[in-house]
Amino acid sequence: MSRAGIIRLLVVAVALFGLEVACRAGLIDPITIIPPSAMTAGAWNLLVSGRYTQDILLTLGSVGLAAVLGIVGGFGLGYALFRLPRLRRALDPLLASYYAIPTFIFYPLFIVLFGLNRLPLVAIGFIFAVVAMAINTLTGFERVPPVLRRTARALRLTEPATLVQITMPACAPYLLTGAKLVIAYSFIGVIAGEFVLSGDGVGHQIAFAYNNFDNPTMYGLMLLLIGFVSAFNMLLFAWERRFYRRRGLT
Amino acid sequence: MTVTLDKPARIRPRLPHSVGLDRLLLFLAVLLFWQALTWIAGPEVITSPFATVRKLAAIITASDFGGHASETGRAFAAALIISLMGGLVVGLVLGSRRLAGEVAEPLLVALYSIPKITLYPVILLLFGLGVSAKIAFGAIHGIIPVALFAMNAVRNIRGVHVRAARAMRLTPFQIATYVLVPATLPEIVAGFRVGFALTLLGTLIGEMFASQRGIGYMLIQAMETNDTGTIMALALLLVTIATAASWALLRFDPSLHKQH
Amino acid sequence: MGVAAMGPHASLRGVTRIYPAVEDHSAVHALGPVDLDLRPGEFFSVVGPSGCGKSTLLDVLAGLAPASAGTIAFEGRTVAGQVPEGIGVVFQEDASFPWLTVWDNAAFALRRAAVAESVVRERVDHALSFIGLADFSSAYPAQLSGGMRQRLCIARTLVTRPRLLLLDEPFGALDQQTRLLMGDELLRIWRETGATIFLITHALDEAAMLSDRVGVMSARPGHLIEIVETHWPRDRDSTIVSRPEFGEVTGRLWERLRGESLKALELTGARRGR
Repeated sequence: MSRAGIIRLLVVAVALFGLEVACRAGLIDPITIIPPSAMTAGAWNLLVSGRYTQDILLTLGSVGLAAVLGIVGGFGLGYALFRLPRLRRALDPLLASYYAIPTFIFYPLFIVLFGLNRLPLVAIGFIFAVVAMAINTLTGFERVPPVLRRTARALRLTEPATLVQITMPACAPYLLTGAKLVIAYSFIGVIAGEFVLSGDGVGHQIAFAYNNFDNPTMYGLMLLLIGFVSAFNMLLFAWERRFYRRRGLT
Repeated sequence: MTVTLDKPARIRPRLPHSVGLDRLLLFLAVLLFWQALTWIAGPEVITSPFATVRKLAAIITASDFGGHASETGRAFAAALIISLMGGLVVGLVLGSRRLAGEVAEPLLVALYSIPKITLYPVILLLFGLGVSAKIAFGAIHGIIPVALFAMNAVRNIRGVHVRAARAMRLTPFQIATYVLVPATLPEIVAGFRVGFALTLLGTLIGEMFASQRGIGYMLIQAMETNDTGTIMALALLLVTIATAASWALLRFDPSLHKQH
Repeated sequence: MGVAAMGPHASLRGVTRIYPAVEDHSAVHALGPVDLDLRPGEFFSVVGPSGCGKSTLLDVLAGLAPASAGTIAFEGRTVAGQVPEGIGVVFQEDASFPWLTVWDNAAFALRRAAVAESVVRERVDHALSFIGLADFSSAYPAQLSGGMRQRLCIARTLVTRPRLLLLDEPFGALDQQTRLLMGDELLRIWRETGATIFLITHALDEAAMLSDRVGVMSARPGHLIEIVETHWPRDRDSTIVSRPEFGEVTGRLWERLRGESLKALELTGARRGR
């Protein structure tokens, strides 16, 4: 492992250890933060007891659906923006401010539109994620070297064949980055919605535990959530880095 | 015999004026689409553009709005200073010290990819309900992207610029002021634009969870009473503010356009 | 000009540069030892195989990099730690500042030296019209072609009236015809300013055409294995390529250089094989 990696590991270990000691020594009020070991124990108990399995599955399901829709929709939007540069230039300032709106405020609207089920949450995850995918798709298409397109014409490829055989593989790294963002944002959108106005799902259970001062459950669930998202992200990040490096894009 | 090298300069064309026209057309198209949605879904679900603007006017002129707005504004200003300045300092340090940057970058990226949603209860527990929680919410949303952008800006400084400055016998202070700052400015400004939007978002979310006053509080009230008109009016307000700020930051350095 | 009466404009004695060992690389003996005297007002070029330390030689001579051993003197004073007044450097890559206009770029060095603005204006206007960029004063470097940007870098240096002008493969990124014309430009600058010019290039014909003397460097660690005198008249231009002596000079350079280039290739081959 590189020198930087070792130092990083040490920093994290020292921080966790410091937190553990501070909590156990009573320097930190257990109503606020419980020791990391207790958090881990709580998380383990939650998993094993099976009480929250349904909530976990519900949340993951909504996130997955939002992500799939986000990737497909975002790709389509990004491609459309690529082909319509006038539209793209007109939209530029809006794209920058898109993420200033807490999109889950539209949750009640979606409830009225879709009913009192999981769909409004999926919708929130979707609208949060779709723009990120569109932006990355657009960048990917723009970064395809023009010489590749000219090669396609020299080989007399049709437009669909060019798209599939040349353009898509060329922008694959950017599409992968976009997909990664979609998954992250779908998580955020769905869980934020669950926090605020839902009756089930992991987000709701965290809020419920918070309101009932049930710190072990709350931190346990948070740890599970963070752990899952981090593990997923690390996998994608490693895969993405290999992808970029192979292409000399680092 | 004088040799003249009169190659025509490849001056890139300025942004065509029709962008303004396109933006206007887009704006009108969005308005039409919005109005169509209102007709389809009904005004209780989506208020029409006209009704939304009227509602926003009513909200703004109401007596209590000043209090809410200044509450949000104060918290946002404080959070913005922390996330912009704090992020800048962290980013500059990490960008200029290679080992520190190498150690810290994956940590920052990992922290950033944790849905901050999951940290909300912790923030509330740490700071209680009130203005400091709001500021904390805002700051944690914005500080990491600003730091990452600043770090990248420093890393992307071209070595030949520093060497040229040394060849021109500039003092270290002059190098920092006249080369390092202008070289990093575009990317730092880009980071500030992102930081602004995210800090605003964070502050609002903080208000939604941790306060009895402020625009975020107004939002959550409207959500709980299903007051669509207010939700949309406030959303319109936020979009306008964020777009205006983003546009203003871009105007800050006009030559940024011409540089690339 | 009484050239013989003055001492060398700049001189290097036993100059060596060794890059210290880092994490997993051992120390690299990049340059030297090099002994060289630059005559005042001459046009001196250095050619050598890639990796032989030509750019390092320029950096050390300018005071941009320290020598691990040996001494460098410019106008009688030792060069150490910082770039002496009177030396100008043009780099291989484009060093124009993208955030300044052409005019502000050219004025940059003088302004930092706290010279009066009226003097700055006069010198910049002169330099820009001299080099043919006066019409583009308010343009930004991004709007210029590569050749024009290099001319801007040269103009920026000229404004400071250097007595010794160091150029590190300044025309490397340009096409052959532009290079030939730029060579004529450089000769014109040389004659009008009376400066000593030290040019590094990998193009043998360029060195042969432009210089009074050409130094041939060996493969790494580079040292000077021969200095070829061209005996050209001072008012030469690119048309001397048609003279038979030109072919002789270029031939002599390649004769000495060929073996060293092969060695340099073998060196890189061995490194990669590991």
